Amino acid sequence: MSAPILRVKDLQKHFPVTSGNLFKKQVGEVRAVDGLTFDVYPGETLGLVGESGCGKSTAGRSMLRLLEPTGGSVEFDGQDLLAMGKRQLVSMRREMQMIFQDPYSSLNPRHTIGSIIGAPFDVQGVKPEGGTMKAVQSLMERVGLNPEHYNRYPNEFSGGQRQRIGIARAIALKPKLIVCDEPVSALDVSIQAQVLNLLDDIQKEFGIAYIFVAHDLSVVRHISDRVAVMYLGKIMELTTRDQLYSAPLHPYTHALLSAVPIADPDRERARERIILNGDLPSPSNPPSGCVFSTRCWKATDRCSSEIPVLREISAGHQIACHFPEDRSSATASSTVSGTDFTAN
Amino acid sequence: MSDVILSVKNLSVEFATEDGVVHAVDNVSYEVKRGQTLAIVGESGSGKSVSSLAVMGLVRSNNATVTGEVHFGGQELVGLDPEEVRKLRGLKMAMIFQDPLSALHPFYTIGEQLIEAVQVHEKVSDGDARARVKTMLDRVGIASAEQRMDEYPHQLSGGMRQRVMIAMALINSPELLIADEPTTALDVTVQAQILELLRDLQKEFGTAIVLITHDLGVVADMADDVMVMYGGQAVEQAPVRELFYQPQMPYTWGLLASIPQMHTSSLKLDPIPGTPPSLINLPVGCVFAPRCTHKDLVAGGLCLTTRPDLGAVSDTHASRCHLNEAQRIEIRRSRNIGKVD
Repeated sequence: MSAPILRVKDLQKHFPVTSGNLFKKQVGEVRAVDGLTFDVYPGETLGLVGESGCGKSTAGRSMLRLLEPTGGSVEFDGQDLLAMGKRQLVSMRREMQMIFQDPYSSLNPRHTIGSIIGAPFDVQGVKPEGGTMKAVQSLMERVGLNPEHYNRYPNEFSGGQRQRIGIARAIALKPKLIVCDEPVSALDVSIQAQVLNLLDDIQKEFGIAYIFVAHDLSVVRHISDRVAVMYLGKIMELTTRDQLYSAPLHPYTHALLSAVPIADPDRERARERIILNGDLPSPSNPPSGCVFSTRCWKATDRCSSEIPVLREISAGHQIACHFPEDRSSATASSTVSGTDFTAN
Repeated sequence: MSDVILSVKNLSVEFATEDGVVHAVDNVSYEVKRGQTLAIVGESGSGKSVSSLAVMGLVRSNNATVTGEVHFGGQELVGLDPEEVRKLRGLKMAMIFQDPLSALHPFYTIGEQLIEAVQVHEKVSDGDARARVKTMLDRVGIASAEQRMDEYPHQLSGGMRQRVMIAMALINSPELLIADEPTTALDVTVQAQILELLRDLQKEFGTAIVLITHDLGVVADMADDVMVMYGGQAVEQAPVRELFYQPQMPYTWGLLASIPQMHTSSLKLDPIPGTPPSLINLPVGCVFAPRCTHKDLVAGGLCLTTRPDLGAVSDTHASRCHLNEAQRIEIRRSRNIGKVD
């Protein structure tokens, strides 16, 4: 395998919690991202999946320094992003772009589509061959928009079309990495499939690496090569897509996957269900030890006192758990018997 | 007592707007049996929510016209005095919404809102009502219910708020529950809890459920019968297994082929091209024709000129499409949709 395009080590993003109106003082912190370590290779898609509040979006933004990380290191193409000055960082952004969840708020309503998609050229001082307008129109054509709509405004487009505009803007400078933050979750299923296929095609054509942040596990399965499962600011499990979905080792991954309904009545009604009790704990007051221990049915005293570190359990399969699921008998549902299992 | 609790016939809802008449719901008919679940599936703007609001008598703006029949427990609701419908709402039929935070009143405690739901329909003392509310909150899985009753909606998590909504909807043991995207705003692990709860409560109280959703996984999980809506019309109606395994309408095929599957790593999605129609300017022919990739198989461009009827495929299955049976089987085989023997 070639060298990673992005190396993230122990990335942290903590938000201060303050009190008082005039003299604000910090009374605590929310550890939104708390020690992420992973690599992304050129041309691959790493899925970052988890429930709301697990820190996946904050992680995506911190990696690009759209949010200033609290600690850790991010190396992009061999260069330390966190040590860069502002000017250096801006020119580095040419190589790394972002696609946002909400296609309504991520496009300036007063700018035409042409100037939105052309903005990266202006910002970076790039003069494309044949002029910006020609380059923008060929980008519009590439993402399935009518190039004649160059002078229209965002409000004249539907949600799916707006997401195409966001994609055109992100690929304008042929970046090496795009962080896609829930790019299809605001779209209807039929439109979602169009956009997923477009992202797929573009990746093949330009060899762009994606970090695909999403909560929808079936979408993540579809698009990712490798998947990292996050819970309360930490990675619980990180491995290849097929391994994760067919034989998850972390109890949280196992429960999360079993919670997703399958669009096939016979399979759906026969499948194993692990119903977790309770809600996600508050990230400002995370449980001691393993963050998942309060909802885990396998938790012991050790789990609430000792933090499990993310370790490699087999080649390319990392997990942060003291008591990984036993897959020795090879079947995916061997560890939990019965169909209606309630964890305590 | 008949088995059918809700029977909707030729329901249409139109809104007169400055831009023209919006045909939100066009001639929709369906039945729901006691203790069973009908799922209404469709994308945004397909009319799935409006059709249910109309059933509940909640489409009341001045520019709206509701026509057709809604028989509920032997009573005709369309044209009934709004005051009479109000007496049924919350007592015999109830509704839960996608966003429980905006459906609960922020100024009143959970307890006050639930107690009101009891007392508005029945003369019950405060103490008795409070006891009933506590029992119901316990039943929907809210821990330390007594304490939670004195809290305000913003103090609860999304999953808990939806449990409160369910408790409020079911506190008078209604015969019909309309659930409009009840789990869309929730995380999957919480969604699993809520769906499980709805299933248990349905078994316990024999409530009929109309479940409005865009998630085919939830449909496969919960539904007995399914109605697929597109452009304000019912385009396919069938029992759940028939809909997934013998779908007959190109829009349903498109939906099934568009979703990434949880149980396999499929290579390519087969999306529906184009975008949904405007409800002001519906196509003359089949509402789905502009996006349908099979319309050329029908002779004479019929799909673009004549709207197909909702024709019976079997006793329980109806779909709106001009393709003949042989063509449909052939297409499903080549696109690998459903089960073809």
